[in-house]
Order: sequence, then C-alpha cells, then structure tokens
Amino acid sequence: MAKLVLSMDGLVLKEIPLRKERMSIGRKAHNDIQIDNMAISGEHAAVVTILNDSFLEDLNSTNGTMVNGQPIKKHFLKDGDVIELGKYKMKYLLAPPSQEKADYDGRMPVDTIPVPEVSKASDPVGSAPRFELPSSPVPPAAIQLLSGSNTGRELQLTKTLTTLGKPGVQVAVIARRPHGYFLTHVEGATFPLLNGKAIDAQARRLEDHDVIEIAGVKMEFFLKV
Amino acid sequence: MPTSLSGALEVAVQTDPGLVRGHNEDAVFADAGRGLAILADGMGGYSAGEVASSMATKLLSSRLEAAFKSVPPHKRDGRTGQPFAHSCLVQQIAAVNTAIYRAAESQVQFVGMGTTLVAVVFCDNKLIVAHVGDSRLYCLRSGSFAAMTRDHSLLQEQIDSGLISVEEARHSINKNLVTRAVGVDPEVDVESHLYPVQPGDLYLLCSDGLYDMVDDLEIHRTLETYGANPDLAARQLIRTANDNGGEDNVSVVVVKVLREFPAGSACWWKPWSWFR
Repeated sequence: MAKLVLSMDGLVLKEIPLRKERMSIGRKAHNDIQIDNMAISGEHAAVVTILNDSFLEDLNSTNGTMVNGQPIKKHFLKDGDVIELGKYKMKYLLAPPSQEKADYDGRMPVDTIPVPEVSKASDPVGSAPRFELPSSPVPPAAIQLLSGSNTGRELQLTKTLTTLGKPGVQVAVIARRPHGYFLTHVEGATFPLLNGKAIDAQARRLEDHDVIEIAGVKMEFFLKV
Repeated sequence: MPTSLSGALEVAVQTDPGLVRGHNEDAVFADAGRGLAILADGMGGYSAGEVASSMATKLLSSRLEAAFKSVPPHKRDGRTGQPFAHSCLVQQIAAVNTAIYRAAESQVQFVGMGTTLVAVVFCDNKLIVAHVGDSRLYCLRSGSFAAMTRDHSLLQEQIDSGLISVEEARHSINKNLVTRAVGVDPEVDVESHLYPVQPGDLYLLCSDGLYDMVDDLEIHRTLETYGANPDLAARQLIRTANDNGGEDNVSVVVVKVLREFPAGSACWWKPWSWFR
C-alpha cells in the first residue's frame, strides 16, 4: 500500500497509509488526515487511490497545494513526490507490490471508474505464489495397519486430507496442517479410538506411534524422519 | 406457513476474521427450516463494512420470511411460470439495497459502504440463487464440483474478455475489485438463477476470503472428505484458509440436501399440485 509521510521542518510527524479509496486532508476534524493549522483550509485537498494509482486534488483551498514546488489543482502522484500544504510536507511513497497484500483492503466498487489496468494485466505482477505451502511445513508421516486383512500395509499421509474407515459405517479424517497431523471423527455412531480411548468431536493432534482404531481396524501413526 | 425443510436440509455456518484483519466485515445467516442461506461481505472504511453486511443479512432474512408468510415460495407466478421465491428474492435485495444506500447517504461515517451478497432459497426440490459481487455459491454433486455463480468483478470481466488467463488471475493484484455491490448505488443489478436440487447435493456459500486462500481443488476435496458432516466441513474450510495465511475475513455456509422436499409433501397442499 502506498503511504504519505507527513513532516514539518524536516521532522517526521506521521506515516499515513492510503487505506481508503479517497482520503481527505484538511483542518477540520472529519478529514481522514487532519492537520490542525490555520494555514490549512477546512477541506484542503484529497488523495484518490485507484488500483495502484493515486491522484492528488486541491479542493480550492485558500493557500493552495504544491507538488515538488509547483502549485497544482490535480496531480497524478509519482513515487517520491513531495506535497506541500503551508509549512507541512507530505512525501508520497509507493510500496513495493509484494508487501501490499497483507493489509490491502482495496475492495471497492469500480463501475464508475475509468479502468487503466489493461497494460498492467500482462505484467508479471504478484510474483509471490500464494498457494504454495511452505517448503517442508510438517515432516512426512504414514500409518501402518496393525490388524485386518491388510495388516502391515502402509498408507502415506501425503495429501492434506486422508480419509480412513468405511463410508456409511465409520469415517475419520487425518488432516495435515502446518503444525502437525490431526484426527477428526466425521461419520458414524462410534468414534475412533486413540491409544484405546474414544476421541470426542474435537480434532486430536497425532503424536508419533499413536495407535488409532477405526471400524474395527487398528493402525499406527508414525513420523518418517 | 410453508412446511419446514429442517428434515431435508442440514446447514452449517462458520465465519472468522482470519489472521490479518482486525475485525470481521462478513455476515452470514442460515435457517434450515426455512430453506434460507445468506452471506454478505461488507466493504467501507472503519466499521461501515460490518454495518452494510449485517444490514444485508438481517434485512433480507426478515423480509423474505415476511413475504413467504403471505405467499409460499414455490407458488408459481401466473405470468412467468417462475416460483414466487425467484422474483421475491430479486425484489427484496433491491429493497435492501435502497435501505443500505439511504443509510450510507444519511450518516457521514457510512459514506461509501456496501456489501457483496449471495442468497439461496430452497423450495420444491429447487434452489434459487441470487448474487451481487464476488461472494460465491459452489455445488458438489456426485463427485463434480463447480461454481454456480460468476463473480461480478473486474477480474472476471478480464478473464471473460480474454485479457488474462485463469492462471494469471490468481496472481492479479486486482482481485478485490467488484463491479457490482449492494448499497453503493440507488439501483442494484441482481443476478438470479433457478436450479433443480438432488438429495446428496452439497452447496457452499463463501466469501472471497475462502477462495483467495484455498484453491477450488482443495475446497472440493474438503467438501468430499467431510461431506457426511457439514459442520466439520465448514470448520475445516476456515482452518485451511487460516493455515494458508488467513489474509481476509472468511465465511462459509455449507448446505447438505438429505432428502427431496417437494412442495406438495404436506397432504393439505396436495390439491395445489393439480393446478400447476
């Protein structure tokens, strides 16, 4: 998200992220950015941000608005521009795109706004892949069947969700999450046994060598490290 | 009073602020008995987003309830042949739009607020879905999983016009720009459709906080795995969104269709079926 750094006489007073589509600047209290100084008009100027572009507009203020030493009425802000209102300076800084995801609440209706992003669409923006899991969030794990006709068989827990049991009779799921493996009862009147004790409706974190019993079949959970 | 659908539908609702946002601007409403599910994702500064989304769910649910008391939702319109719920849903969303728009106009702290909306009415073995913005309805039926709504968003328009591919869209920074919303203009353009429903169907209403963090394949798998238990499915979806970063508020409504729910099932309504 782009921001304005407010300063006076070289002293930084405040950093103001441009969170809203329109941020008003003025002396009166209802402004998004209030500067309580007599040289500033009640409603002095406004910054309108559309997508990654911000425009500064002077709202017919008494003492005017300058950008980089030039008086302006309307101005398309560029990274590093210095806005001057009276004795106050505001530096416009464009954040690198990779950092703006987290707190960017840019959702807004756009039907009335001219849309300049056509050329941007082909840029390789947002290079940080969002759907990739951290490289090795949890150690690999598996379960080995200890009873039943498939005794000895191993089942690798490579998927995020692994279903165990018989549909319609008793089903449980092992979910692989960033901080471990969790067993949850999904279906059936009987709950799975974990080390001989029935679990309740809550998800239970599995520890190395835990023994699970589902639909009459025993199995051991173990980490592969 | 229409017959209760509580034996035919199982409904689970979950909403969570996520891991990054300070407050939750999503609002959800669901009532299995009345066959109603509504999800709204508010926008606007300060607390205005929350106000808009909760106004949308509360107003729409109470208005629909009142309307269906006088006219049963499945009653066919003599002119269009559509069930009453279809036109009613569109009309009531328009009324909710007016209410939010007026509130935003009259109080300075609410200026610019609005909300997305997806609402589903189940009646007579059918569902009617209406939506505005980028909150979605998905359906899982006998193994196939698909979105039943198309986002009213800049991104969807770009995809439709071939400017960018679905793959590129994932990384677009313009994810959150909606082209339609409730409460931002005096008029609202509501998209609505009617679909037949089958026992075993799973429906998911969700805000963009879910599908931005969890890809469709993963949502599909989660619904399939936890399908027997909608409440667990809903919780797991929220958990996965938060495990993947939880960058936005995330809300889901999961509806499982347990059996058929024909409108004539109550014996004293049987005669109506002759006139259809």
